[in-house]
Amino acid sequence: MKVRVLYFANLRERRGVAEEELEIEPGTTLAALYASLFPAGPDGRIPVAYTRNRAVSPGSTPIEPGDEVSFLPPLGGG
Amino acid sequence: MIALVDGRIDVAGVRRAVDDSGFGAVLVFEGVGRDSFEGRAVVALEYEAYPEMAVPEMQRIADEAQARWGAKVAIVHRTGRVAIGEPSVVIAVGTPHRAACYEASRYAIDELKLRVPVWKKEIYADGSAWKANAPG
Repeated sequence: MKVRVLYFANLRERRGVAEEELEIEPGTTLAALYASLFPAGPDGRIPVAYTRNRAVSPGSTPIEPGDEVSFLPPLGGG
Repeated sequence: MIALVDGRIDVAGVRRAVDDSGFGAVLVFEGVGRDSFEGRAVVALEYEAYPEMAVPEMQRIADEAQARWGAKVAIVHRTGRVAIGEPSVVIAVGTPHRAACYEASRYAIDELKLRVPVWKKEIYADGSAWKANAPG
């Protein structure tokens, strides 16, 4: 199934794109998708808030077809 | 007025957005690009946002301040490159009395830093780094 994934800040730079459409297995959770896209490096993984359809959601949330998902790295506004 | 803008913020315009003849107090808070971080020279800042989440979250913060203090709140945050000395965010707050105005202004900037999906990159003479807001 297809999902739209958005990347910001250091995750955008690491991935090399701001957004993309991905084909994923039904039942994939937000946390599982993040772990597969951003394997842990020597310093571990950037802590993120998961979002599904523009709402912060638990990592255990299953992704549905057509969802817009994102992973928000620590915020720096202001 | 709740907005993300790519370019200089019209500070007077943000202030005018909270005009109300019933208000006895107005505060305009500017978060400004600073030239150093922990001793390292910063030459500019770059902001990016998740606009579809950031604008509604800024609106919720303004609505909360309205409900709690009767405040009218305008918030404008920049995206893109911000020069040192320029405001990256401007928050205007108007209330009937001053005590509530200070509280609502502090609330708005503190909650923005915690909740609004905006990211900041510090540009140095010899590199750059994404900087997260300190917790608390």
